[in-house]
Amino acid sequence: MSKVEQARQKKSKKKMKRFFFRSIILIVLLAALVFALVSNLTKDKAAIGVGDEAPSFQLKQINNDGQPLHLDELKGKGIMLNFWATFCKPCEQEMPYMESLYPKYKEQGVEIVAVSVDFTELVIEQFVERHNLTFPILHDNTEQVRDLYNVGPLPTTYFINAEGEVVELVSGQLTLEDLEGYLQQIVPKE
Amino acid sequence: MGDLITISSNFLYVAFILYLIATLFFGGSIRGKKQQEKVTMSSKIAIVLTIAGFLAQLGYFITRWIASGHAPVSNLFEFTTFFGMMIVFAFIILYFIYKLNILGVFTLPVALLIIAYASMFPREISPLVPSLKSHWLYIHVTTVSLGEAILAVSFAAGLIYLIKVVDQTKKSKKTTLLEIILYSLFATLGFVIITSVFSAVNYNATFEFPFEGEISEVDYHLPPIAGPNDGELLTTERMDSLFEAPGWMQGVNAARKFNTLIWSLLTGYGLYMIARLILRKRVAAAIQPLLKNTNADLVDEVSYRAVAFGFPIFTLGGLVFAMIWAQEAWNRYWGWDPKEVWALITWFFYAAFLHLRLSQGWHGEKSAWLAVIGFAIIMFNLIAVNLIIAGLHSYA
Amino acid sequence: MKKITCEACQHLNPEGTVLCESCGKPLEEDQYIDGNNKTKLLNMRYEGSSRRSQTYNKSIVDQIWNFFSSVKVGVTLIVITLIASAAGTIFPQRMYIPPTASPATYYEDTYGILGQIYYQLGFHELYSSWWYMILIALIGISIIIASIDRVVPLYRALKHQKPVRHKSFISRQRLHSKTEDVSKEDKELLIKGLKKQRYKVTEDNGHVLAEKGRFSRWGPYVNHCGLIIFLLGALLRFVPFMYIDDFVWVREGETKVIPETHSKYYIENKEFIMETYGDSEEDARFEQALADKGPVAKNFQTNAVIYENSETTIGAEPKLEKVLEDSIRVNHPLKLEGISLYQTSYQLNEFKSMSFIIHETDDQEEEELASFTVDLADPAREYNLDNGFRVTIDQYFADYYLDNGIPRSQSDHPKNPAFVFSVYPPNSDDPEVSFAGIGRNVDATGQNEYKVGLQNFEIRDVTGLTVRRDYTLPILIIGGIIFMIGVVQGMYWQHRRVWIHPTENGVWLAGHTNKNYFGLKKDIEKAIDGTTIQMVVDQAEENKKE
Repeated sequence: MSKVEQARQKKSKKKMKRFFFRSIILIVLLAALVFALVSNLTKDKAAIGVGDEAPSFQLKQINNDGQPLHLDELKGKGIMLNFWATFCKPCEQEMPYMESLYPKYKEQGVEIVAVSVDFTELVIEQFVERHNLTFPILHDNTEQVRDLYNVGPLPTTYFINAEGEVVELVSGQLTLEDLEGYLQQIVPKE
Repeated sequence: MGDLITISSNFLYVAFILYLIATLFFGGSIRGKKQQEKVTMSSKIAIVLTIAGFLAQLGYFITRWIASGHAPVSNLFEFTTFFGMMIVFAFIILYFIYKLNILGVFTLPVALLIIAYASMFPREISPLVPSLKSHWLYIHVTTVSLGEAILAVSFAAGLIYLIKVVDQTKKSKKTTLLEIILYSLFATLGFVIITSVFSAVNYNATFEFPFEGEISEVDYHLPPIAGPNDGELLTTERMDSLFEAPGWMQGVNAARKFNTLIWSLLTGYGLYMIARLILRKRVAAAIQPLLKNTNADLVDEVSYRAVAFGFPIFTLGGLVFAMIWAQEAWNRYWGWDPKEVWALITWFFYAAFLHLRLSQGWHGEKSAWLAVIGFAIIMFNLIAVNLIIAGLHSYA
Repeated sequence: MKKITCEACQHLNPEGTVLCESCGKPLEEDQYIDGNNKTKLLNMRYEGSSRRSQTYNKSIVDQIWNFFSSVKVGVTLIVITLIASAAGTIFPQRMYIPPTASPATYYEDTYGILGQIYYQLGFHELYSSWWYMILIALIGISIIIASIDRVVPLYRALKHQKPVRHKSFISRQRLHSKTEDVSKEDKELLIKGLKKQRYKVTEDNGHVLAEKGRFSRWGPYVNHCGLIIFLLGALLRFVPFMYIDDFVWVREGETKVIPETHSKYYIENKEFIMETYGDSEEDARFEQALADKGPVAKNFQTNAVIYENSETTIGAEPKLEKVLEDSIRVNHPLKLEGISLYQTSYQLNEFKSMSFIIHETDDQEEEELASFTVDLADPAREYNLDNGFRVTIDQYFADYYLDNGIPRSQSDHPKNPAFVFSVYPPNSDDPEVSFAGIGRNVDATGQNEYKVGLQNFEIRDVTGLTVRRDYTLPILIIGGIIFMIGVVQGMYWQHRRVWIHPTENGVWLAGHTNKNYFGLKKDIEKAIDGTTIQMVVDQAEENKKE
């Protein structure tokens, strides 16, 4: 190998090294930038989101003789987990839809669980009586579960499949069609 | 306790007079001498008087601290006065490094104007709201004002440089800008004079006007040129406003502040025009011959060194300490409050200044203009943000 | 890589070098890069070393790299960010407008057409906008690349400095003097004088380089590192684990789970205290100010007890054990395992319980026939009272309001409680319905024999605490400290150098510093004191005079 060739090889080697060094640094910086922008856009989302496993909890039921309900008891079923309060108007409006679809989907293996974050039990009891609700109504009086799911605005509804994974997360009021669509998604497959 | 407050304000008064006399002696020391850096009898007296004035003001500060039970930096009067004191302090230090008499002729009047300006605001000692009750109050405020004071000296040096080098033989953009800067000093003086005059005769006119759905009242202590939006004059035998302040101005006292601003600008303009009539030329052109023997490079160096000294201190006080305190008091170190944003802007500006000077070679005149603009940003943050833009810091 | 040979010392310099790495002589080909020409003083930026960005400009990667490496680009980015930041203070940001106001209408209603434009441009949330974040990120990128690009060649140049410098390097320094006849003793004296002032002296064949404060040259890179760490810390805030921000209302006497602790910690509000100035004797000094301004708050404080919960099933009855008891005040947050609780809000006088009496509607004296107390935290469905009375609560509104004529509750906070009672008189199954609340007492039919009257109530305060965890703080603190060290290092110290170049009988003297020539001149003046060596002349000043 001649000296000229050696020098040329050395030069191109150096050039490659420089190219890789610069590219890597630029890529890392670009990645950081993208991370910042994406995080900034999604920062207001709840802690438990679509694709996450729904964390378990246990709460007292307001109806059904006040039995405690543990989410694990519903393993193998699709679960619609609804956070609501009596003073919340949109919550009140979607309750009849839930009640009307409940019997049909219960047969197909879907359970509706509505967690009220109200301060007092009496208002929930009277609300349940007024609307003749038959699906389990739970009272999260210490807001432990609300904190666990990091629920902000009410109503917020999680649709959880038989495997315990959150399939849909809806913030705000549901229409009857939407509700039916989501419930179909979490019907357990035979 | 009342006595202590009287003693305290007397100290401030003495300090003011001493600074005033010291300025005259510094003025005397630059006349007709060849070497301006030289120590003369006159300059010796001047610096002694300056130090005496500083000690007197320190006396004011300490006695007021004892009287109020907290560091007197908690309202606009106290903070601005302290800022003036720090300017004098920064000047004394730089004077001992560079022995530059001309710097005293420009820096001390700036400090005097600032102290006089401060005295136009309510001077009674006021209690601290819970969020201000922290050691960080004086750690943050003292560091920030020291930093800004050193930057103010950089402004004074930049101004000297500009007056010396800008070509005054014909009118140009530069001469106009320079006159505007000098005019703003006149306007500050105008504010002091007009406020003092009308407060001496106890002028008062009360307006009633709608504010945030309620009827509010506002007392004018200057004749209303601009009245409140949809306001109605309640006081009899007072002139009614010539026009109304625009409705978008924020805060219950917005119209009154706007009115004060108009008065200051008008009075300042009157003073400026009188000066022009007497001098028969641009004010800067009249000052220029006095700077004949000033070493421009040395002034440039002082201006830059002041930034080099002031920038780290400002960063420490205005951003670092501010963030630590904000974390303690408001549970977030940064909240994009207007005052915070303007501190960040100041920081950005001086960062750009240093980069331009160090790696783009912006020396001399360009650098002097930047020093002047930087100080304008600081004063905007100190005065305008407090008075115009409402926020957490609008304690005045 | 192309090399340039220095014609004076035969050293091989990389392409782009301005001043020979070995002897400092300006290189014929490249010296114009930094504006050097034969008559002017030398431009000593980056020691005249080859900055890579100045030479390679081939691939797209190189072009991007060189773009960010430029100080001009960096300063431009700073200025744009500065102007953008100022624009965000024209009108208040979204978080500073009343929380209940809708920004869509608030800006237009308050500030007119300008406010509407401001809102539509998204300036009401300027500092979290994508473009503002990109600006900050670009500044960060510029800092990193510009630093990498400069620190390496500068380090090499300073490390390989040689005392022997070419004459044209010496004579074209800003501070320079020539002395024809210098004795050996005087030369020794000069070196001694420099050493005394803590200059580091290296000698090579009679050529001397005296240097001090070299570390200040690293100041800019150190402070840039600090800034990068700080920005990184701010970026990590987006990682959910690193940063939580929540809020909890706790009533006096109530025990609540602390949000975000996964039910591990509970807080009890023993008492909320609000004090205003004017109560104690020492507040007398503020008399004047208080008279002008009205009441001023003195203290907001929550006396709190923290409990740890050993029950692992979330939602089940907690098993609490007291961990600590402390007060939370403004400026004095309570700290607990990385979490801080801040006193941020409060609500005075929320209703705790209400006592009612039953009397005959016609009875002017309102003689009490029976009484009952409703605990607003847990109202009962039915109250069996004296004299055979029975009362049931048919409806309870914690925060009563009328929604198109229909009574509703706005929230579950008992701020304005109201009830629909059914009163069963003794031995009767026929209830009388009445509506009772604060300042309200309505008889549904107008024919009620008995009236339910509010007799008494208990109130309590509610404290609002912010729950914060910020694991990014240590990173920010480290970044801040490093930044401050770097700035001070670069600004308060200077890199001063003096070269002594021996000629036949005399010496040439040259001085250079990155800032503060005034100080360097003083150093040289001191060092040559008592020798015949000429004081250096500031050639920059000389040039100006001509």
